[in-house]
Amino acid sequence: MATTLDIPVKDAAAAPRFHVVEHHPENGSLLGFWLYLMSDCLIFAVLFAVYGVLGRSYAAGPSGADLFDLPMVALNTSMLLFSSITYGFAMLAMEQNRVKTTLAWLAVTGLFGAAFLGLELTEFAHFIHEGATPQRSAFLSSFFALVGTHGLHVTFGIVWLVTLMVQVGQRGLIPENRRRLMCLSMFWHFLDVVWIGVFSFVYLMGALR
Amino acid sequence: MNLLRRLALLSLPVLLAGCDMVVMNPSGDVAVQQRDLILVATVLMLLIIVPVIALTLFFAWKYRRSNTKAAYDPEWHHSTRLEVVIWAAPLVIIVILGAITWMSTHLLDPYRPLDRIAPARPVAADAKPLRVEVVALDWKWLFIYPDLGVATVNELAAPVDTPIEFKITASSVMNSFFVPALAGQIYAMPGMQTKLHAVINKPGEYDGFSANYSGAGFSGMRFKFHGLDKAGFDAWAAGVKTAGGRLDRETYLQLERPSENEPVRRFAAVEADLYPAILNMCVDRSKMCMNDMMRIDADGGLGMAGIHNVLALEYDKRARRGSEAEPARRFVAAVCTPTDGAIPPRKTAARSDRPSPAL
Amino acid sequence: MSTSPDLAKLIFGRLTWDAVPLHEPILLATFAVVALGGVAVLGALTYYRLWGYLWREWLTSVDHKKIGVMYIILGLVMLLRGFADALMMRAQQAMAFGADHGYLPPHHYDQIFTAHGVIMIFFVAMPLVTGLMNLVVPLQIGARDVAFPFLNNFSFWMTVGGAVTVMMSLFVGEFARTGWLAYPPLSNIAYSPGVGVDYYIWALQIAGVGTLLSGINLIATIVKMRAPGMSLMKMPVFTWTSLCTNVLIVAAFPILTAVLALLSLDRYAGTNFFTNDFGGSPMMYVNLIWIWGHPEVYILVLPAFGIFSEVVATFCGKRLFGYASMVYATVVITILSYLVWLHHFFTMGSGASVNSFFGITTMIISIPTGAKIFNWLFTMYRGRIRFEVPMLWTIGFMVTFVIGGMTGVLLAVPPADFVLHNSLFLVAHFHNVIIGGVLFGLFAGITYWFPKAFGYKLDPFWGKMSFWFWLVGFYFAFMPLYVLGLMGVTRRVSHFEDPSLQIWFVIAAFGAVLILFGIVSFLIQLVVSFMKREQLRDLTGDPWDGRTLEWATSSPPPAYNFAFTPLVHAHDAWWDMKQRGYERPTKGFVPIHMPKNTGAGIILSGIATAVAFGLIWQMWWLAAGGFVALVATAIAHTFNYKRDYYVPVEDVTRAEDERTKTLASLA
Repeated sequence: MATTLDIPVKDAAAAPRFHVVEHHPENGSLLGFWLYLMSDCLIFAVLFAVYGVLGRSYAAGPSGADLFDLPMVALNTSMLLFSSITYGFAMLAMEQNRVKTTLAWLAVTGLFGAAFLGLELTEFAHFIHEGATPQRSAFLSSFFALVGTHGLHVTFGIVWLVTLMVQVGQRGLIPENRRRLMCLSMFWHFLDVVWIGVFSFVYLMGALR
Repeated sequence: MNLLRRLALLSLPVLLAGCDMVVMNPSGDVAVQQRDLILVATVLMLLIIVPVIALTLFFAWKYRRSNTKAAYDPEWHHSTRLEVVIWAAPLVIIVILGAITWMSTHLLDPYRPLDRIAPARPVAADAKPLRVEVVALDWKWLFIYPDLGVATVNELAAPVDTPIEFKITASSVMNSFFVPALAGQIYAMPGMQTKLHAVINKPGEYDGFSANYSGAGFSGMRFKFHGLDKAGFDAWAAGVKTAGGRLDRETYLQLERPSENEPVRRFAAVEADLYPAILNMCVDRSKMCMNDMMRIDADGGLGMAGIHNVLALEYDKRARRGSEAEPARRFVAAVCTPTDGAIPPRKTAARSDRPSPAL
Repeated sequence: MSTSPDLAKLIFGRLTWDAVPLHEPILLATFAVVALGGVAVLGALTYYRLWGYLWREWLTSVDHKKIGVMYIILGLVMLLRGFADALMMRAQQAMAFGADHGYLPPHHYDQIFTAHGVIMIFFVAMPLVTGLMNLVVPLQIGARDVAFPFLNNFSFWMTVGGAVTVMMSLFVGEFARTGWLAYPPLSNIAYSPGVGVDYYIWALQIAGVGTLLSGINLIATIVKMRAPGMSLMKMPVFTWTSLCTNVLIVAAFPILTAVLALLSLDRYAGTNFFTNDFGGSPMMYVNLIWIWGHPEVYILVLPAFGIFSEVVATFCGKRLFGYASMVYATVVITILSYLVWLHHFFTMGSGASVNSFFGITTMIISIPTGAKIFNWLFTMYRGRIRFEVPMLWTIGFMVTFVIGGMTGVLLAVPPADFVLHNSLFLVAHFHNVIIGGVLFGLFAGITYWFPKAFGYKLDPFWGKMSFWFWLVGFYFAFMPLYVLGLMGVTRRVSHFEDPSLQIWFVIAAFGAVLILFGIVSFLIQLVVSFMKREQLRDLTGDPWDGRTLEWATSSPPPAYNFAFTPLVHAHDAWWDMKQRGYERPTKGFVPIHMPKNTGAGIILSGIATAVAFGLIWQMWWLAAGGFVALVATAIAHTFNYKRDYYVPVEDVTRAEDERTKTLASLA
């Protein structure tokens, strides 16, 4: 964005100006990151579409209704939703410039995220132990791909979160770190939204079918 | 350079006369209509294309810099009237072409049974179409004639002026069944069936081939299509009948193995239901048929009870083209094939009357 | 050696000496040439002590102009490889009739046509397009760099990583034998058990990361960094088409990433997305890959349209006719390009209504495209046309492209497509639009902006030679393919029975040789122009009497592009400035904030390529270790907070005074 500029009018008495001395374009980081999220969203869109096509191809094997344990998934979902709320608290603390509080809320967020991942991995291990592997049917392939990709994102989110905690610890809430926390915030809430899609489209509709 | 080009242009008609443009000069009614469509669409588009090319060259010549007599108007950049024309002219062409497309696509839908065998010659009410079941194999074509009870490899024949109804599938990868003189192509895909309706109007020997790349033997995946008169076709069918040989499941599984540049082969008899078994990928009796699997899936699968039932479903997980075998998959914990007995009923008694997937 | 086979397998995975094609004379000779050339280049670099310069000024550079130039060099190098494949195919098809099976067995031929397609699209057209956008867009919008300069460097090196992966397949193992889109089930492990498809997947995945990030980068640049006063409807047309192209990239490449990831899961983990059995659906792959693939066509051609718009306005000395309708046409094409993918497989049997829907949407795209052609046509009307080389390419394009457009609309009529699909008619059509549209545009763009990047023009004689060889060669090479398509000849065939076809293949091969002369002329042009650079030197910074902002600064521009950010009042900003008596500011300079160079991009891409190699050959230690290293390096990079610096005011003043003097000496 241009600084407060008065773009000269044509009929101004002076010769038209053709340059500005100082020009600080608005930082594009948030826009760029948002664009990245949209592209990531498309990857999930493909995985959802694939699940939509293959989600009933059980290959004479088990269906979602046979496999899904809704109470556990509900617990899992609540972990992720809580983590989003606590991330929100971290951002509020950041606004107030309170480094320690920010770090504390980030840690809580990370723990909730890890709990989510732990529960998800338990679920996967259980499925595989029962023989419901990704190789068993197209339904299971697409289930593991969709849920697994989300889990991978959460994993990277946690790695990123830890990295940022170290950086905030080292340098405090400097503008760069604030920007990074904003980006991770968008990422984290984005994963939450995707998970709500997974929960309703895969688990609820699968279990209630 | 220019001289060469002119020479080439001069020789063009000679060359074109010397070659057989089968797509422009086909022998079956469907292909003829497709040819006509190409011509109509081309002429319609030339209405725009020719003036554009001519104007491009004319403007380039007229407004060259050395021609100082030509008008020069560096600020002229807008004319609403002209804008309307340049958007409207292609629009009009596309509206016409779009209408033609919509009609012709429905009329020439390969799935739609023919209603005429030639212009002004409707299909007789009592005419029975010739049914042919086509299988694209690695790398040859199998044709099964259910009405005649015979089968051929890399040879297709049909009587003239008789509607032909093709059902098409494949054994391993995607191919495309194409006889340019007869009609347009359609994909041949494993585990799936496509259809094509066509008619041949002139007797003759035509080329057929796969139009979709399918691997090493693709170039040799050709066959001759014989358009024969009634008597000729009967003689041909009788010839196949006397050729001997029976295409049963075992023979098919042998035939299905990859091979290139196969000669014509004929089978006087075909095992009943071979084609449905090929289509459903269960020629090997230990395999579950696709249609059965899909029926089970539509009912919600077999539950946890069916979880280890994988050998009956495996079709091409292991290498199939004589290449090194992949290691067996580890999760195969138990074996239960349909031939071992009925699939265990699942959960509710109400569902136990589901048809067994065993053949 | 007495190492146990298990240990060798652990270390080398599937890689054995058999993978090195010592028994293939063609490959061996190629390898010898590449190796000798490589040694010569490395030797020269060492001899002239250029390594430090290269590393500091180019490889680690975050300057968008240098990255743009490096993209273009990558594209040209890969063009040689891709074109060598084309020559080999043309030679094989001109020979292999009847008893003569030519010199290429299917095993080799099938790799060549796959590699040709992959290389020409991903590693020639894409780098050239991205390179020109990188070079020109920030200059056209009056910016000092792109929004994320480090990301730009990283994107470039990831593209290089993909190209290196493809080139490795030439000498270690094999490339895919599946066609350039690798349809399953053929590309699945059951039918392609070798490393070829894995090379294909990982090369595209690595390059895809680069493409996607560069798309995000350029959108953010165009949206956020335009000079004050440059509203959207005052943006140069090339910037507009670049914006649309990058929107397409961001909206299309994730689909390719996802679909290739699923294919690799099928191959590596035994899942069932695109398998015949266990409920998989190969048709879904075909749909998904074309949902990426059709927009990809417009990703390539829209920037070319932008180049022609700039060139035609400049060399006709006249404002572009119908700027607004040009912009709307571009936007309409952008949106419609997502609604046509099914026209690539009408023959799958989707039913008449679906087929006609996609046929008609495809035809609708020809309306805005037609409008664009008319706009260029009426820009020429009442102009003063200078037939410089870029303008020649443009006229060659207009005549050639409309033919390709016509055959394209023909292929969009489903019943006509049934007889033309997968035929050489189709091959002729897409080469007609990609060569006649994209490539001609890229050559026009390279010739047009070369003086901006290097400060001297390209030699016009060799440029014209190149143009005429390409143009005539194109017609000789591809008109016979139209004819062959109408004779019912399909693509990807390595051997024919019917001898009457041969003459057409011979003519096509002759055309390919003419195109070879065109490429050689282009290379000669580069050399000759370099030798004659003092003669061809442009000191004004505005050699063509240009209209847009890139011509407002010196050639080559300083690292910071503009000492003062331009203030835009009108469409064709530089033309407007010249018309209204612009005077270049000569004092009052201030320090300029610029990004710092970094080696992180090249290091990350190197590790990514190693990971890909590990995955392809199943050296799991390399893949896993490399992946950990990749993540660790990326994290370490985020700990570097010193990413920018200020160009001291003395440096700016010195550079600008230099230019003031130069311009004064010209006056």
